[in-house]
Parts: sequence; C-alpha cells; structure tokens
Amino acid sequence: MMSGKAMTRIYVPSETTALSLGADEIASDISAVLASLEQPPELVRNGSRGLFWLEPMIEVETGAGRIAYGPVTPEDLPGLLEAGLLEGAQDHPLCLGPTEEIPYLAQQQRLTFSRIGVADPLSLSAYEAGGGFAGLRRAVALSPQAIVQQVTESGLRGRGGAAFPTGIKWQTVLDAGAGQKYIVCNADEGDSGTFADRLVMECDPYLLIEGMVIAGLAVGATEGYIYLRSEYPLALHRLNAAIERAVEAGYLGADVCGSGRAFALEVRLGAGAYICGEETALLDSLEGKRGMVRVKPPLPAIEGFLGRPTVVNNVLSLAAVPYILERGPEAYAACGQGRSRGTLTAQLAGNVERGGLVELAFGVTLRQLIEDFGGGTLSGRPLKAVQVGGPLGAYLPESLWDTPLDYEAFAEVGAMLGHGGVVLFDDSVDMGEQARFAMEFCAVESCGKCTPCRIGSTRGVEVIDRIRAGESPEANLELLEDLCTTMIDGSLCAMGGMTPFPVQSVTRHFADDLAPGAARRD
Amino acid sequence: MTFTSPTDARVQQHIAAHRERPGALLPLLHALQDDFGFIPESALAPIAGALSQTVAEVAGVVSFYHHFRRTPPGDAVLQLCRAEACQAAGARALEAHVKQRLGVDYHQTSADGAVTLEPVYCLGNCACGPSVRIGDRVYGRVSPERADQLLDDLQTQVVEVRG
Ligand SMILES: Cc1cc2nc3c(=O)[nH]c(=O)nc-3n(C[C@H](O)[C@H](O)[C@H](O)COP(=O)(O)O)c2cc1C
Ligand code: SF4
Ligand code: FES
Repeated sequence: MMSGKAMTRIYVPSETTALSLGADEIASDISAVLASLEQPPELVRNGSRGLFWLEPMIEVETGAGRIAYGPVTPEDLPGLLEAGLLEGAQDHPLCLGPTEEIPYLAQQQRLTFSRIGVADPLSLSAYEAGGGFAGLRRAVALSPQAIVQQVTESGLRGRGGAAFPTGIKWQTVLDAGAGQKYIVCNADEGDSGTFADRLVMECDPYLLIEGMVIAGLAVGATEGYIYLRSEYPLALHRLNAAIERAVEAGYLGADVCGSGRAFALEVRLGAGAYICGEETALLDSLEGKRGMVRVKPPLPAIEGFLGRPTVVNNVLSLAAVPYILERGPEAYAACGQGRSRGTLTAQLAGNVERGGLVELAFGVTLRQLIEDFGGGTLSGRPLKAVQVGGPLGAYLPESLWDTPLDYEAFAEVGAMLGHGGVVLFDDSVDMGEQARFAMEFCAVESCGKCTPCRIGSTRGVEVIDRIRAGESPEANLELLEDLCTTMIDGSLCAMGGMTPFPVQSVTRHFADDLAPGAARRD
Repeated sequence: MTFTSPTDARVQQHIAAHRERPGALLPLLHALQDDFGFIPESALAPIAGALSQTVAEVAGVVSFYHHFRRTPPGDAVLQLCRAEACQAAGARALEAHVKQRLGVDYHQTSADGAVTLEPVYCLGNCACGPSVRIGDRVYGRVSPERADQLLDDLQTQVVEVRG
C-alpha cells in the first residue's frame, strides 16, 4: 500500500544492542543509497525502543505514521529497498507494521520510557517537543519541600534493588541543614540481565539529567555525579555530550532555567567492581578509594560523598521523577498495586525468544511476562528456571511463576524483584553449575570486609565441587547449608547476605542437578 | 588499538590534569590506562606523591578494581561476558572455544601478541547474548563461528602491522 505523503525520515538505531547486531553497517549502506537520490529522506540515528529481538529495527516515517522493519541484516537491505522500504511499503516479510501497534510495545505502560527510541537521543528540541523539561519547569516554581512532597506522595520506591521510598530519602537530605550536599546517581547497573539504566542513558539522557536537577532543587544540592560502570562506553559518550548541550541551553550550570539556583553534573567511571553498585562502596569509589562497604549508620543521606549529605538514587528512580513533577504524584500512583506504585521496568534476557524492555504497572505475574511478552525460550526447548533480580536473586521453578510482580509478593516466596532483570534458562541448563557460579561470583566480587562473604564464598565453590564429584554428598550438602546460614547471618551487605539465595534455590527446587554425577549427564 | 609507551613526562601530564579533582585517583587511573593500556609500576610513586597517599594505598586501589591492568595487554583486548544471561545463551561453550583457539586462559595474551582475553560480568547486552566487547564495540549473539571471524580480523591485523 502506498501512503499519500512522501516519507521524510528513516530511522536506524544507535544503541548498544542494535549496534551489537550490526546497526552501523545498515546505516552506512542506507546512507550510500540515499546519496544517490535527488530528494533523499533524512537518516536519523535514534535510540532503541527496547524491542531487542527485532533489532536492528529500521523505521520509516510516512504520512500514516512510522512503519517498522526488523530484524534487518545488511543482506536484507536490497530486497527491502526493492519492496519499497523508502515509501514505507508494508508487504515485505520483515515489515512489522506501524511501530506503535507492535503488540509488545502497544501492551506496555511506558511512563518513564515514553520517549525511548523515538528520536535522536541528543536532540534537545526533540526532547522538549516530547514534553521534556516540563517537570523541571514545574519544580523551579515550587519550594524544595513541595518537590519532596510530590515525590513522597507518588509512592516511588528506589529502583536499584532495595525499594526504599525515594521521598523519605530526599526528606532526610533536605532536613540535613545547610551546606554542601550532593546528588549521586547510581549507574553501576551490575546485575546480569539488566539494561534499563543503560537504555535511559543512551537513548534519553536528558531524562536522567532532568531528574537529577529536580533532585538537586529538592534537597538543596548544587553538584551531582553519575557513577557509571566502565562496561558502558556508549552511555559515557552520550551522557557527556548531553551534559554539554544541557549546560549550553541553561538546564545545567550556575542558573538553572533562570531560577538563580545552580546545578553542575559530572560523569565518573567505575572500574569493573560489582560491589561498587552498593551505595556506600560506590561513595568510597567516587572518593578515589577501594570500593569498601561502609557500616550504616551513618546513612549516606546524613554522611555521604566527602562526608556531606547525599542522595544516592538509581537511574530509574531519578528518571521517574520528571513524570511525577509534570503530571502530578496521583498520576504516577494510579499505576501499580499495594505498596508497589508506578511502573516496573522488567528486562527480559538470557535464553528468551523476545528479549527486551517491558515497562508495566506492578502486578502482572511472572508467567504473563515470560510467556506473553517473552514468548518462551529462544532455543525452543522447555523453560526450566527463571532468575529474577540479578546474581543475588533466586532461580525460580515453574511452581513459582504465577507470583505477581510486586516487591512484597516476591519477598513472600523468598525472591526479589531487584532491578527487574528476568533471565530465562532452558532445560539444557545445569543448575548445579549455576549454584557454583553464584558462589564463584561472590568470591570474585566480595569487597573483603567480612569473613563469611570473603572466605565463605570460596569454601562454597569447593563444597559444591565436592558434592558434584560425589564426595560424601550428604555431609557436604549439610555443610553447604551451614555455610549459607553463616553468610546470611554474618555479612554486612547483600553481596554476602544474599548470594546464598540463588544457591539455596537450587538445593531446594533443583536438587537433582546437584546430585553426584549430574554434571556429567547428557 | 594503539597505546602510547609510558614515560615519566606523560605520567606527570596526566597527574597534572586530574590531581585537583575531588576523588582524583580513579579518573587518573582511567586516563593512564586509556593512554598506555595498563597502569605502569613506575607511575605509582608519582601518583602517591601528588595525592598525598602512600604507594601501598595507590597500589591497593589499582589491584581492587578488575578493570585496571598492571601489565601491558596485547594489541586488542577481548572481553567475554561470563554473567548469567549470557550463560543462558551459550557463553560457557563460547568461552571454551575462545580459550582453546587463543591457547590462553583469562588475563593472558595469545602467543602472537594479538589478543588479551578478559572476563567481564555483563555488558548490558543481555537480551542478545552471548556478548563480547572489543575496544568500545560490543558484539551480540556471538556464536563460536562468529568469534572465529572476529578473532581472524584481530589476528591478521597483527600480521599486517608487524609483517
Ligand atoms: C551488592 C550490591 C550491588 C548493588 N548494585 C546496584 C546497582 O548496580 N545499581 C543500583 O542502582 N543499586 C545497586 N545496589 C543498591 C544500592 O545499594 C542502593 O540501594 C541504591 O543505589 C539506592 O538507590 P534507589 O533507592 O534509587 O534504588 C546494590 C546493592 C548491593 C548490596
Ligand atoms: S558482605 Fe561481602 S561485599 Fe558486603 S561488605 Fe561484607 S565482604 Fe564486603
Ligand atoms: S549477561 Fe552478558 S551482557 Fe549482560
């Protein structure tokens, strides 16, 4: 079908996953084709919509809206062009129809991610046109206490894992008196299976900047740091470019939006240490030290960066704030259930047919997520286990997949939502190996402060090896259970305190895989 | 990738550029490693002096972080994701294949000097694993065959440069 108006733009994402699957090659092939046209459409490098199984996903703007094609390989291009790609023709097998109508996207409730992948991430005018900085403008007109109040009323809880109410944290920093205060964004995103923070930073960086400036206005902080993991080179590049432009446009700097109040922002890189995602270790790292976990109290809100009151918030917590300020706390709180308000950003990963970002109101079940959105395993083999919440999260067997996705419901079954990572494993997985890896990861990443974590995890690897080798399996299983208890009871932070959860989920739900000789089955 | 040979003068330049920042040590170490490919032993004393720390303290920070290397890498560094989502997608088989092909274990460099292999725990590309990173580029859905292509490119580049 030909659309009435000529196509004006063609979009090829510039985002880590799309690039990892060849988006740059496709963009350069397309620009070679466009170069030969008299009135070529504009080639826009947008972010990703987070529909990763369709990447690289090209979009074409037509009179009838944007039409999507994917996943596109360079080999597909000639055929697509011949079929009328540049006119937005819809009869090629790779055509997905109007982007907004792709069910995976249409069935989501994108509040935080409403702009993701729509435009060139660094275009300030596109950000503003999409409603960007409206929340900040509102905040500028409010008193600090009124801003904090709105965040408190929204019911927003920290998205970094611990689900602590964001408003209460901000209130503590606001009440901490005058003097230098800081906003620190935790962009360490260490959990395997998560990429939502990265998507915000690569595809909608002004959203994070806006959230941080609002936080600064709310608590009276004039400086902010984004502590970014070194594994995210593209996010580093984007954030730095976005900060530069935001300064030029007056959204950052000595006089934020003409308010007379200052806010400066800087990105700092981590250096490959999972523990630096823990907020106090992060602060030590930011101060140029080894990332050692601090004993709390004092809370970072009282004594944080350089000993000053500091808000430490996850990327997604801060990115949720502009919406709350723009639309009001009721609009945000209207989503969700119980004490889990707003939206959950789930990330489908691992052996999954349709991996990607799924933003939904809290409350759908894990099964709906992995089946309706995820479509089961990529291999087509039966799904065996789902790890939710990163490396410290339990492996869930089928009997627990009907648990609703909300903080309390997950805690009840000994699991956690954490940062929303959902990793699928098919039946070829050796769960004994996964239990061993949990201990190994803890041994590699422990900050070393507590003996149960540092030594216990290394012992844990050895004990699991002995069980798997058939050396007094019963006695060693008992020993493993004791070790887990010691780690849970004797660790200062969740690294040592929760590593036992994935291990115990294997001994409880997948005991066969730990039986002697299980490793050599097949 | 091209790295510069470390000289005292160059180390001093980096120190001068960063020493006044709050929490200067990490940004400074990143600058050194980006430039030289590793943190040279000879840089520790001048850094310690400039930041009023002991050499042992600086060395302790360098060794704490997995990202920092104490010895020069090969011409390219290949980081292979070992984390759970990539495991679920076949990273263990990929890891075995790459180690065998290069004849190295993690943190070692192939005999031709072309590739240093390092583990990494997640590149944020978890929906399309297994993932590897070479320089600042991430590659997704890397099968053993795809890894061979990537390694062929890295290893022939060496022959061209050195031949
Ligand atoms: C071992 C460990 C790793 C963590 N990693 C992260 C992380 O990568 N990103 C994050 O935002 N929070 C992480 N956290 C949680 C932080 O300590 C902290 O709760 C969070 O930054 C607070 O921000 P929020 O209230 O906005 O969630 C981690 C905690 C632990 C114990
Ligand atoms: S539990 Fe482990 S990571 Fe956490 S403080 Fe103790 S030693 Fe450090
Ligand atoms: S687990 Fe490998 S990229 Fe995240």
